[in-house]
Amino acid sequence: MDTFLQQIINGLTLGSVYAIVALGYTMVYGIIQLINFAHGEVVMIGAMVAYSTIVALSGGTGLPPALVLASGVAAAIPVCMAVGYALERVAYRPLRHAPRLAPLITAIGLSIILQHLALIVWSRNPLPYPQIIATVTYQITATAGGATITNVQIAIIGGSLATMALLLFLVYRTKLGIAMRAVAQNQQVAGLMGIDINRVISLTFVIGAGLAAIAGVMVGSYYGIAHYQMGFILGLKAFSAAVLGGIGNLGGAMLGGLLLGIIEALGAGYVGDLTNLCNLSGWSTALAQRCAVDSNLTLFGSNYQDVFAFLVLIAVLVFRPSGLLGERVSDRA
Amino acid sequence: MLVLSRLELAYGGIQAVKGIDIVVDQGELVCLVGANGAGKTTTLKGICGLLPVKAGTIVYRGENVTGSPAFRLVRQGLALVPEGRGVFGGLTIEENLAMGAYIRTDRAGVAADVERVYALFPRLKERRRQTAGTLSGGEQQMLAMGRAIMSRPKLLLLDEPSMGLAPLMVQKVFETIIAVAREGVTILLVEQNARLALEVSHRGYVMESGEITLAGEARALLHDPKVRAAYLGEAA
Repeated sequence: MDTFLQQIINGLTLGSVYAIVALGYTMVYGIIQLINFAHGEVVMIGAMVAYSTIVALSGGTGLPPALVLASGVAAAIPVCMAVGYALERVAYRPLRHAPRLAPLITAIGLSIILQHLALIVWSRNPLPYPQIIATVTYQITATAGGATITNVQIAIIGGSLATMALLLFLVYRTKLGIAMRAVAQNQQVAGLMGIDINRVISLTFVIGAGLAAIAGVMVGSYYGIAHYQMGFILGLKAFSAAVLGGIGNLGGAMLGGLLLGIIEALGAGYVGDLTNLCNLSGWSTALAQRCAVDSNLTLFGSNYQDVFAFLVLIAVLVFRPSGLLGERVSDRA
Repeated sequence: MLVLSRLELAYGGIQAVKGIDIVVDQGELVCLVGANGAGKTTTLKGICGLLPVKAGTIVYRGENVTGSPAFRLVRQGLALVPEGRGVFGGLTIEENLAMGAYIRTDRAGVAADVERVYALFPRLKERRRQTAGTLSGGEQQMLAMGRAIMSRPKLLLLDEPSMGLAPLMVQKVFETIIAVAREGVTILLVEQNARLALEVSHRGYVMESGEITLAGEARALLHDPKVRAAYLGEAA
């Protein structure tokens, strides 16, 4: 039971990061039906910029740690926004009316370019995120040694929820948000309302990139490491989360992100036990003898964690391509 | 107000409008009638900057606006109610009206105009928090017109407002057109229902295969034997 609760907490932490990244995918898809595969790299750049800022500021400046971390976020957001804006303006806008394969391939190319720019700037080594805020672990079950939650996890979950609430307010309660939804539904008519479509699309990329910056700092702080390739798998997982929830749907991205995080954590937590061949000791004496020495003879360990996201992606594409909250694809004109 | 000179437009590779001249004066209600495929909708789209102009000029309020994108023209007081209404189906009625007023910054004026639209179409007020996709065709047409009014246009372009509507609804839509025109909004109305359009308009143009074949006082056109035969379903 404690494993279960612990994995739910871990999953929620990871899932709230996925949710924020997935929102970036889904917003862009919703408005111009483009999968921005370079989005994961924007997350990476956010983590890197925050890393550099934190390292620069924590070296004997005597600033309070919380302020240093906040400066990291504050530096990462505008840089990522600029990258997001540039991606759209330079690479995607000229291809707005090209066949859909062209922007898709461009996105993959941009992803590679951004990775290698980061490699030049930040080197190929994994960079240790400075632990400027001491990790505090809270016991949440009655028995000692049970499930725990750390202050970092609380900050990530709380920060994500606040970010998502802010985004929902922006999209559903402000004029810009209504205009974004109007452009997503019918660009031509939106233009007839006096909405500058290019500006709204740019802003969508910029907002998504701002979310990616926040997610980047979260991932860096959670795993304690930043690396120029960290955005790739993370991006693919967040994309899977967006598809799971129904791509183009904001609520879907949030739900999909949280669910994917939990599925992944539970999968990682139980896959070892479930595929432990010692469970089958009764079937073979040779196996029983082997297991008497070492009771762990697992086929798949928790290092297979990454597999679950993609199993979910495959299952969704086979059984419910529109995702949990998505409309049927044929309903979109 | 609006002067089209030798305007040529292509639609899908076909020359749909072949050098037409149309003038709409301040405060007028002018209609453009003609059969399906005559190039009426293409003309409106060309005026709004939704289609590239091949040749000729569009002068709006004394300024050459040929090739201006739609969103700029809207800011200069031009509004189009597109064919098939083009409401944002996933947005609520309130949000649709808010988008109509997108270019305006006077909150109090916008709020007052929302009430004006609701007074004109009480059905919309009842359903203001519903998404526009749940409305009937007639209600959507009302919403589209209400939304256009929200921008306080100086020139309103209407594309087939009666299309696909029940007769009672058509009547309501045309009553609204007349009411809006009385408030001083200049209107260019495109209609397949030539009789109705000519009855409410000051002047009319008849379009055939991309060319203007007849023009004049609406009342005169209504009694023109050629128009009667071709568009009003009467023997010459």
